[in-house]
Amino acid sequence: MRKIKLPLEDKVLNSLKIGEIVLLNGIIYTARDAAHKRMIKKLPFDIRGQVIYYAGPTPAPPGRVIGSCGPTTSARMDIYTPLLLKMGLKGMIGKGNRSSDVIKATKKYKAIYFVAIGGAGALLSKKIKSAKIIAYRNLGPEAIYKLEVEDFPVIVGIDSFGKNIFKKSSGRVYSAF
Amino acid sequence: MRMIYGDSIVSTVAKLCITANYKLRTDVKQSLKIAGRREKGLAKYALKTILENIDIAAKEHIPICQDTGMAVVFLEIGQDLQVKGNLIEAVQEGVRIGYKNGYLRSSVIDEPLGERRNTGDNTPAIIHTNITAGDKLKIAILPKGFGSENASALQMFKPTDSMKKIENFIIETVRKYGPNACPPLIIGVGIGGTFEKCAELAKKSLTRQIGKLNKDLNSRKLEKRLLKKINSLGIGPAGLGGKTTALAVNIETYPTHIAGLPIAINISCWALRQAQAVI
Repeated sequence: MRKIKLPLEDKVLNSLKIGEIVLLNGIIYTARDAAHKRMIKKLPFDIRGQVIYYAGPTPAPPGRVIGSCGPTTSARMDIYTPLLLKMGLKGMIGKGNRSSDVIKATKKYKAIYFVAIGGAGALLSKKIKSAKIIAYRNLGPEAIYKLEVEDFPVIVGIDSFGKNIFKKSSGRVYSAF
Repeated sequence: MRMIYGDSIVSTVAKLCITANYKLRTDVKQSLKIAGRREKGLAKYALKTILENIDIAAKEHIPICQDTGMAVVFLEIGQDLQVKGNLIEAVQEGVRIGYKNGYLRSSVIDEPLGERRNTGDNTPAIIHTNITAGDKLKIAILPKGFGSENASALQMFKPTDSMKKIENFIIETVRKYGPNACPPLIIGVGIGGTFEKCAELAKKSLTRQIGKLNKDLNSRKLEKRLLKKINSLGIGPAGLGGKTTALAVNIETYPTHIAGLPIAINISCWALRQAQAVI
């Protein structure tokens, strides 16, 4: 499995093909429904070149960095994603398929969509080395966390050429959550 | 008349919320293991990851999934039992304490169309009550994640509609929403009753153990047929393609009106969490 350093370098990004399992190393930011709704009005951090993880963790028990932290359904963020990609977002991590608009925008802005295994929140939490809330603390689990990840396992779901793994698996692309 | 106190309900519910979220149902785990043996490639990888995750959750005490759900509580209340205190409030308090002490996520918001403020303690829970014989209280808790809850559907069919039309509705629902609902899925199907009854049946059917045969022969045949068709969709574990899109189809039926045929599908992700106790 290839280790990928974040932020993504163009050369690396363009070499990623759908179906490849890679290990992410570096900084990612969580954001889900409520955060996206706010973000598109005013960005709380510079998203250029960054990767967003669609996730809302469970609270960290004493002695732990974070609680369970697996991906949520990406499709719910589809209406916001093309705009964020236009603003410079380079990567997304989530579960499930995306709308055709997102696929088109991913290709147009040379970005990438990674799939994390849905429900694997316990395993994925162990790949998170530090976590800090940087915005929207009052949203609770929907706050934006800055996470430092080490060997965080994901699969390339949509590559920068607009190839989509879900088209391969289910034969159709649906814009549904 | 036997009497139980609200306090014992509070502590039992709290414990069940925690157990359910850390330890997966053994029948589901077993079924995932079997599925892993017949898959290859990314499907095998996804199932291996899922099984590793289940073990990490149990051993290291980390919730299986970060979506620790909205707590769905089934109460079977013996008619000869007297509860000292407020039964429903005791269940809510149990959920409140269980989610706090178990470091589980608060995922409930107050006004669905309003501000959508997080209530901060994962209440209110959804409580279904049923009066039964005897003097015991049976409590079953299903923390229900919304990745799969969102993939559910209900349709009022006509009695004259063909079986094919009904099967298509179920299969199309899985085809459309399945990849996002964390497959391999467990498909709960409620048939009959009224609008709300068939939805409850679909949810209740998820409590049946995988591999335990349906007592109704017609339902059993339909379950088998639907499972085969759903697994031929190719969605596979995590939606990445494969043979295992669903682990089981569970059907529950109830008599209905001469003019109707309600059908509800309630989908569960592979992390079908459930814990129960009898007081």
